[in-house]
Amino acid sequence: MALLEVRDLTVSFDTPDGVVHAVNGLSFDLDPGQTLGIVGESGSGKTQTAMAMMGLLSENGRATGSVKFRGQQLLGLSLGEMSRIRGSKISMIFQDPISSLNPYLSIGEQLIEVLTHHRNLKRREARTRATEMLLQVGISEPEQRMRQFSHQLSGGMCQRIMIAMGLLCQPDLLIADEPTTALDVTVQSQINSLMGELSEQSSTAILLITHDLGVVAGLCDKVLVMYAGEVMEMAPVDELFADPAHPYTLGLLNSVPRLDREQSGILRAIRGNPPDLVDLPPGCPFRERCDFAFEACIEHAPLEAIGEERYKRCFLERRPVTEDHN
Amino acid sequence: MRAPILKVEALSVQFRIDVAERSFRHDYRQLRAVDRVSFELGAGETLGVVGESGCGKSTLARAILGLVRPSAGRVIWLGENLVGMSEEQLRSKRRELQMVFQDPFGSLDPRMTVGQIVGEPLRNFYPSMSSLQVRERVAGMLKLVGLSPEQINRYPHEFSGGQCQRIGIARALVVNPRLVVCDEPVSALDVSVQAQIVNLLKDLQKKLQLSLIFIAHDLSVVRHVSDRVLVMYLGRVMEVADREAIYDRPAHPYTRALIESVPIPDPVAERARARRSLGGELPSASDPPSGCVFRTRCPWAIEACAATEPPLETLDDGRQVACLRRAEIKAGAPRALGEKS
Amino acid sequence: MSSEPTAVPADAFEQAMDRRPVKGRSLYVDAWQRLKRNRAAVAGTGMLVFIVVLVSIGPLFNPWDHEIPDWDYYSTPPSLATGHLMGTDALGRDLFERVMVGGRISLLVGLVATLVSLVIGVAYGATAGYLGGRVDNWMMRAVDAIYALPFMFFVILLMVVFGRNILLIFVAIGAVNWLDMARIVRGQTLSLKNKDFIEAARVSGATERQIILRHIIPNLLGVVAVYVSLTIPQVILVESFLSFLGLGVQEPLTSWGALVNEGAQELETAPWSLIFPALFLAATLFAFNFLGDGLRDALDPKDR
Repeated sequence: MALLEVRDLTVSFDTPDGVVHAVNGLSFDLDPGQTLGIVGESGSGKTQTAMAMMGLLSENGRATGSVKFRGQQLLGLSLGEMSRIRGSKISMIFQDPISSLNPYLSIGEQLIEVLTHHRNLKRREARTRATEMLLQVGISEPEQRMRQFSHQLSGGMCQRIMIAMGLLCQPDLLIADEPTTALDVTVQSQINSLMGELSEQSSTAILLITHDLGVVAGLCDKVLVMYAGEVMEMAPVDELFADPAHPYTLGLLNSVPRLDREQSGILRAIRGNPPDLVDLPPGCPFRERCDFAFEACIEHAPLEAIGEERYKRCFLERRPVTEDHN
Repeated sequence: MRAPILKVEALSVQFRIDVAERSFRHDYRQLRAVDRVSFELGAGETLGVVGESGCGKSTLARAILGLVRPSAGRVIWLGENLVGMSEEQLRSKRRELQMVFQDPFGSLDPRMTVGQIVGEPLRNFYPSMSSLQVRERVAGMLKLVGLSPEQINRYPHEFSGGQCQRIGIARALVVNPRLVVCDEPVSALDVSVQAQIVNLLKDLQKKLQLSLIFIAHDLSVVRHVSDRVLVMYLGRVMEVADREAIYDRPAHPYTRALIESVPIPDPVAERARARRSLGGELPSASDPPSGCVFRTRCPWAIEACAATEPPLETLDDGRQVACLRRAEIKAGAPRALGEKS
Repeated sequence: MSSEPTAVPADAFEQAMDRRPVKGRSLYVDAWQRLKRNRAAVAGTGMLVFIVVLVSIGPLFNPWDHEIPDWDYYSTPPSLATGHLMGTDALGRDLFERVMVGGRISLLVGLVATLVSLVIGVAYGATAGYLGGRVDNWMMRAVDAIYALPFMFFVILLMVVFGRNILLIFVAIGAVNWLDMARIVRGQTLSLKNKDFIEAARVSGATERQIILRHIIPNLLGVVAVYVSLTIPQVILVESFLSFLGLGVQEPLTSWGALVNEGAQELETAPWSLIFPALFLAATLFAFNFLGDGLRDALDPKDR
């Protein structure tokens, strides 16, 4: 059985300007120990997917469908039940590490609190465990760090602490929402390496949400590409990059300049603008920006299986190819 | 290079920050946001400036344009030194020196229409232009950046991020500047839109024969647009070289570390890389390390690096490096990108 | 399923667009829409309109004068029979007329004094905020110092020196109220000053004066509008308090505050002479506050 089974997840928000359809019928599986990357830009719905799963949707948000974690339905759980799962079985780390930490409590306090709350440990034992965890995430002089506060530490350091906090209870699943986007590139590299090592050593599955294809290539086993709240393509990581089946995936890969390739004159940009989630056009949401769109695209394409763990949502029979792709 | 249109000589920008407050006295510390930066820029050339947070690249941009007062050094624009000029004199120079900002929404006045925003520089520099002429030029400019002139009465919040950035570019170019400083112009945009804006900038540069200073933290994007690249760390210049030289054979340890840190969108290549991240953390800008500021994180650092600050020296191939050990560190390809001669 | 797909032409989207310049939807229009949705604000505005209309034209339909007493009826309760819709006071003057006339004065004071504080406050605050540094420091310390002065003392002093002139009341209240406005405008200016578009304006060749007039002030209007609608009731209340102390408008002019003062003295014998002016005063204050809150919510950029 998969660790996480998501079926037909739909998330919408009531706003004064209309109903915003953030996620439309998302389905995927995540196995224990696997790292799944959800790739998308603004408006893709990737963050709201995680929020819905963790019961963190804002007041005006509604989630329908099914999210089964180890067989248990997460959607609709009471606050109390969800609190027991959050932090111990499923952990989450966010984009801005410094503001993720409570500025009024010391680092040590916040780490200890996780263990005393979820694992009922005594403070002394919790302190020891927390110190060990800090070492594991590469923080030297952990005792000193435990006494410090978030504003005294750098972004990279805080993100390590967040990862430590997330792994304290040895969760089955760690959700990371753009964990390195706000960090400098050398620090990003450190944190990505750290996450890679930790995922190899432990059996924690990771749900990595990002817009950065490079990070996905380095860390993920499986990738899910989202656009306007829907899955456009899902594939094992090697296949996604080598042989994309959806024009949007191809567009993303082509529009990112790469250090390992000869520099060509023009980047093959995706034309047009990101989708308006209040007023989505009929049929394929990517249609207006797609170089391969044709008459059938007025209809909404179903998610089609095209191989082992491979899906696409596109009527195009053949693979989309551009001359200079690979 | 032919006579450079811009020469920056030992430019420094210093800020005074409060360290502690004791009754009515304040303890101050000087923060060198930009420390003796020098470079030249030719006509039609693009200089990429890269560095991470705290490296001073944004402050450098503002110092060149006179938005921030430099504490030392010179900025020679077409033979005249901009540093020390009065606000009046600087303002007249601004017609030739323009800027594109990072935040597409924040850089546009939300109460003004697109037409008013793009027309403002015209009204300021050419007060005798008639409204009709202004309107025509604005419409032409909008078309040039890929927006339709019918949008001229719309407000910024009605556009997407990428479109707002196009408006910002139109505003910068409407008075025909010779140099445009782009401060992280695509960092706040979606990936798919970044490519559009990058293409637009390159295209406009060719069409209008602009010189660009392109500031970014994304090395891949910088490589794509620049002729030469300047690498900064904690306010100082680490290396300046031609694009190919910097990316294929980086000489400075920091440049190498930067390039090695960039993830490549190719899982096979990523797995093949011996992932070696740069350790350590950015030192405090108000209390920088002695000697070479990079030595606390540098895998090649030796005792001498703490004693003397390495000068920026020009090598045979034209590049400039500030490192005591550059001769010993072979200017080879970063291991991460495979073998290259 | 179709055979070979023909790609959508790249400029199809552009071709489909209307050729004439499109009218933009300004932020004010946006704010207006939100304001209309706020029921309390709409109710408040409605109430205000009603009261303003009433005090303006009500007296036209009322046969009684506000000074000349009705010799037949002293301290009579409201009744349709007597024609005194709100009754009469101890001197036999028609209360309805007096409440209307008093309303005119109260509202006028509210408006004019607020205008005075608006002009002084915006100019002072915007300048302090924009210039920043030492100038700002000194200017705001001056505000703090003036704030510390007892307002009542100052007004009484003015009254003693210049007499109980109605114009003086406008000026006195306005001259004290500008302090709040200045603080708010300065704060707003400080946060605006650091926005990118101000720097962009500088790069576009605007002089400091042009930046303040073209960029800072228009972006302040929202906040200023909110505080104006919250200052007016404050001012009306201050005037009422002055009248209650006997320092307000002089007979035969009257204001709601003065009427409340008189009415309080006759509470046991003629309670209606307190109830009606108090009701109008309270209703107006509530209405302005609802409107002000509504404006603040409507203009709040966080909801965008």
